[in-house]
Amino acid sequence: MALSVDRRRFLVGAGGLTLATTLPRAARAQSRPVKIGLLTVKTGPLASGGIQMEQGTIRFLKDRNYTLAGRKVELIVGDTGGNPAGTKTKIQELVERDGVDMIFGPLAAFELLAISDYAAQAKMPILSLAAAEDMTQRKPNAYFVRASGTSAQYMHPLADYAAKEMKLKRLITIADDFAFGHEQMAGFQRVFEDAGGRIVKKLWPPLVTPDYTPYIAQISGADAVVQGFAGSNPLKFMKQYQDTGLKLPVLGNGTAGDEALLKSYGDEAVGMISCSAYTGDLDTPSNKKLIDGMVKDYGNIPGLYSAGLYINGQVAEAALEKTGGKTDDREAFIRALRAVSLTDTPRGPFTFDRLGNVVGTFYIRRTERKGDKLVNTTIKSYPKVSQFWTYDEKWFLAQPVYSRDYPPLKS
Amino acid sequence: MTRFPLALAFVALATLPLWMPGTYYVNIASQILFYAIFALGVNVLAGYAGLVSLGHAGLFGIAAYAGAKAITAGYGHSVVAVIALATTLVTAAVFAALALRGTGLGFVMITVALGQIVWGVAYRWISITNGDNGITITGRPFPFGLSLASPRGFYWATLVVFLLALASMAVFVASPFGASLQGTRDQPRRMNALGYHVWMIRFLAFLFSGFWSGVAGLLYLYYNQFVSPQMVALTASAEALLMVISGGTATLLGPIVGAVLVVVMKNVASAYIERWNFVLGAIFVVIVVFMPDGLVPGTVRVARWARSALGRA
Repeated sequence: MALSVDRRRFLVGAGGLTLATTLPRAARAQSRPVKIGLLTVKTGPLASGGIQMEQGTIRFLKDRNYTLAGRKVELIVGDTGGNPAGTKTKIQELVERDGVDMIFGPLAAFELLAISDYAAQAKMPILSLAAAEDMTQRKPNAYFVRASGTSAQYMHPLADYAAKEMKLKRLITIADDFAFGHEQMAGFQRVFEDAGGRIVKKLWPPLVTPDYTPYIAQISGADAVVQGFAGSNPLKFMKQYQDTGLKLPVLGNGTAGDEALLKSYGDEAVGMISCSAYTGDLDTPSNKKLIDGMVKDYGNIPGLYSAGLYINGQVAEAALEKTGGKTDDREAFIRALRAVSLTDTPRGPFTFDRLGNVVGTFYIRRTERKGDKLVNTTIKSYPKVSQFWTYDEKWFLAQPVYSRDYPPLKS
Repeated sequence: MTRFPLALAFVALATLPLWMPGTYYVNIASQILFYAIFALGVNVLAGYAGLVSLGHAGLFGIAAYAGAKAITAGYGHSVVAVIALATTLVTAAVFAALALRGTGLGFVMITVALGQIVWGVAYRWISITNGDNGITITGRPFPFGLSLASPRGFYWATLVVFLLALASMAVFVASPFGASLQGTRDQPRRMNALGYHVWMIRFLAFLFSGFWSGVAGLLYLYYNQFVSPQMVALTASAEALLMVISGGTATLLGPIVGAVLVVVMKNVASAYIERWNFVLGAIFVVIVVFMPDGLVPGTVRVARWARSALGRA
């Protein structure tokens, strides 16, 4: 790939070589443990997802008895505090001081974007959940692997389902006013409108807001509402949505229908249709193992974040097995990571495309009440979904990245 | 008497990359230095002028954003520095003209509002600032043939700027202008009656403070090679103010000690203590209870007391 040559030339030119050579990459015996650095958020508003990431990672390593491909594994956890500068400092700590072999995380897109260049210079493989589109599209990083999906990858199938199966015509979207929300709804809009539907309005409440009612009051003249909130915002939104007495059906993204939120939802969530890369009712041995383990250790069923990190662990394991446990040749290791193809995972079968993004199954689920608990029941699965959906990759990449204003609303 | 420890501290700082194990800690030291420059800048207002600003992250951030935009537009690094600092100074002048209409609480609230405006622009004017995805730059400059790409090179360059900032502060405090600024803090009416232009003195102090905040912002940009709205958020302003207050307002060394405390707690201690926020908060409470004037004046006081107690015994 032309890009990696450029980067190497850049390294020499810009003196990045100094950085690369100062890294502790001296003779490494194979008996040395594989070091996995986990960048996560354990303090601040993003902490609930961040802690689940840590739980998922630990759960996986326990299942493997902290041994992958015959090598012991050491896990080093760094708390980024949920801000870009903190993430940069933490990855430097993991890479330069602890000498990790790969990074799991970080959680948020803005954290990932802040460290992408550094990680590429340090040739550090990153396995992240962060959904920023351009990380595997217009500004790819050769050392990046994403087994979860881009922001819009979750929304393309949902839009397809809304238009073709639910026969919806006019929709209103509402999501957090930050890049993740923008990218999701832009992706939804493209597929939904290409299938003949129409987005009437896009609402963007701020990421941190106590009250959604001014936004909910603007919901009218549509067949249904699509929400794309993250963190604990889906809970707040659904509660207030119910309180205002609106009866339009609600569609949601992966984070809105997340299994980890189900215990906090009440009846307001019943009937919500969501699309996710992970679904709790998927019948694979590894998903059973994950759920049993999480319930035993933490008293919670896993959601996107913990399952995502469990899956990252499986990807790392498969790559290590292919390289015979070796991580010293980073080029070979990243090639092995991107060549991973798994079938028994908590999210079902998947592979990676040439940019390191997942091609896998996405699930449409309906939230239902079973006894005293809410569960997600899978009603349709879309296999082999790529980040480009059914569009031509060249055409897709030639378009501007999904954003708040692109594609524009049809007036 | 005081020369010797100062010289020792200087030698320790200048040779730090040589004896510090691993580049990670050298990078932490660089962070401490540019945060210390920022805190020194905030201290000009909060300490010497008695004007507490909660909007300085706006100036810190504007320098970084202006620098990032200039680099993306393809300018050389010296031009970038001029553009970034000029932008910061102009913004600081506007901030000062608006905020200096009040003092005390009024000043605090206006600076909060101004800082939030900068944050809002950074967050929402996506076509310019790229929203919360931020702007990434590539490369650091090569001033005088010294490559700043390595942690050591960057540290030394930051150290030089830091020493310049510290020296300028020392000169400033000792100067008649510094004395008149402290006069406007303690007795604004008398200063006015004596014929001093109180507003103009505060205005110039604001520019001076803004300038060093901008320099720190530019260093932050080159260090992280990345700028995002979190850098200009209210919490960043509050953090700088905490550095100043915990170290000791209106002292030269206080903001530096405060910067060491906050940066070390945030980055190093957080690797060992899960609830590092809590510990940092507890430390601040302890400082406020036992050394309400800050660590540096507090320590001096304790040392003096200990000496006299020993002398008596």
